[in-house]
Amino acid sequence: MGIRLEKAWTDLNAETIASLPAQLGVYQVADSQGTVLSVGFAGARHLFGMRTALQEELNLHGDQATKFRFEFTSNYRSRWDELLMLHLYDHGQLPSHQQAEESRIGRLSPN
Amino acid sequence: MDFSLNEEQQLIVETTRRFVQSEILPLEDELDPDAGSLDPTDQDRLVAMTKSMGFYGLDIPEEYGGPGLDTTTRALMAIEMSQHRAGLYNPCYGVFGGAGLAQLYEATDAQKERWLYPTLRGEKKGCFALTEPSGGSDPARAIQTRGIKDGGEWVLSGSKLYISGADKADYALIFARTSDDPGRNGVTAFIVDTDTPGFHVRRVVHTLRATHYATELQFDEMRVPEENILGEVNGGFAIANDRLSRQRIPYAAGCIGPAIKAQEMSIDWAKNRETFGSPLAEKQAIQWMIVDNEIDIRHSRYCVLEAAQKADSGERFRTEAAMAKLVATEASSRVIDRCIQIHGGVGVTKDLPLERWYRELRIRRVGEGPSEVQRLIMARDILGGSFK
Repeated sequence: MGIRLEKAWTDLNAETIASLPAQLGVYQVADSQGTVLSVGFAGARHLFGMRTALQEELNLHGDQATKFRFEFTSNYRSRWDELLMLHLYDHGQLPSHQQAEESRIGRLSPN
Repeated sequence: MDFSLNEEQQLIVETTRRFVQSEILPLEDELDPDAGSLDPTDQDRLVAMTKSMGFYGLDIPEEYGGPGLDTTTRALMAIEMSQHRAGLYNPCYGVFGGAGLAQLYEATDAQKERWLYPTLRGEKKGCFALTEPSGGSDPARAIQTRGIKDGGEWVLSGSKLYISGADKADYALIFARTSDDPGRNGVTAFIVDTDTPGFHVRRVVHTLRATHYATELQFDEMRVPEENILGEVNGGFAIANDRLSRQRIPYAAGCIGPAIKAQEMSIDWAKNRETFGSPLAEKQAIQWMIVDNEIDIRHSRYCVLEAAQKADSGERFRTEAAMAKLVATEASSRVIDRCIQIHGGVGVTKDLPLERWYRELRIRRVGEGPSEVQRLIMARDILGGSFK
């Protein structure tokens, strides 16, 4: 399995979100062109895990964000950092909604 | 040995305890259960507090501006500072400051100017790169990273595994084999800036510590100037080994805090939770678990304080430090396991800190020399040199 999140995109709307299990994990949301807008995690403080986290994304960024993909993992915090580092490596900057994280994120140079 | 605290130690312990209870626990209630850091505003505010208390940079030697705590007092503080959810690996979320890599205090003046002092000022971060894919328990023999001299430089090639903080570090202390000696006399320590061409953080290694990852490093013909050698050529293993011995006492002390907190939680739970018409505390099975917890906690504390007192009095403490590390990591693991059992279902949820301590304590029995290596160290001291 690759270290990047490369699953197919799913439409981001209330119906698809409601169909998700209430588990913990990481996700990406993107605009209609497939440009990743944010990388986030569903943690133990999210009442219904992935469902709650993505609903928050939809409420905040629903005007731009049209799709998402996710991965369930209990190591959501370290996987979140890994995905941000990979994004930084691949694109030279963090997703537009997460520029503020840059000072905290490490540097990775995968093969 | 007398383990009673003097007046100053008593004051420091009480101050630290109050700090954890009034400043850390309320913030932690709002954080993700696996969080490893505070909000920057809270972090800055608490750092200002520890500085005003004179406790910032606990492990910095006094001559470099640290508070000059002895090992015993430092161990007592470690026990208090770890009594919260993130306390095992992030005691008080680092607001008491760091000391940088201990080996840098042995560096040359020029090296100190370049790496140590900026680290103490918070301008640079370092990482310690010893373990390799070929092993970590016997680093003297396992190191395969090669350093080959080429004019006034050394060319380093190889890889390191399970290295913390390398992705955010400005420099790394890297141990490489620099002679044909297959053991401890062929290893040299190099200080390498992480922007050196050939230095790569290849991947994140996820572990039981959900908030924190390790990394795998690769060095591709990395050219390092001669002046970046720390200590002597082929003398690097002594530097690494000294760190491993010294670290064992505070490392062991930090394991006791979560065990104490878990025991308090379990006693409270056992007195209030009723099953079959009476509190859990009235069941002999629960009473025995709580008693066994107390024995494990006190045993760990005695071992840690004995090692610390020997270190403070200038006596040899290698066996005591190994025993403290072994006992505290294993006993605290048993305590947390029993506390989860006492709590039942809620004990394994992220609603309580027990599950995080359970996962993270498992790593403590492997990190900084596994239990088996601690036994090996003690056996060598007890049986004498001919049984090495």
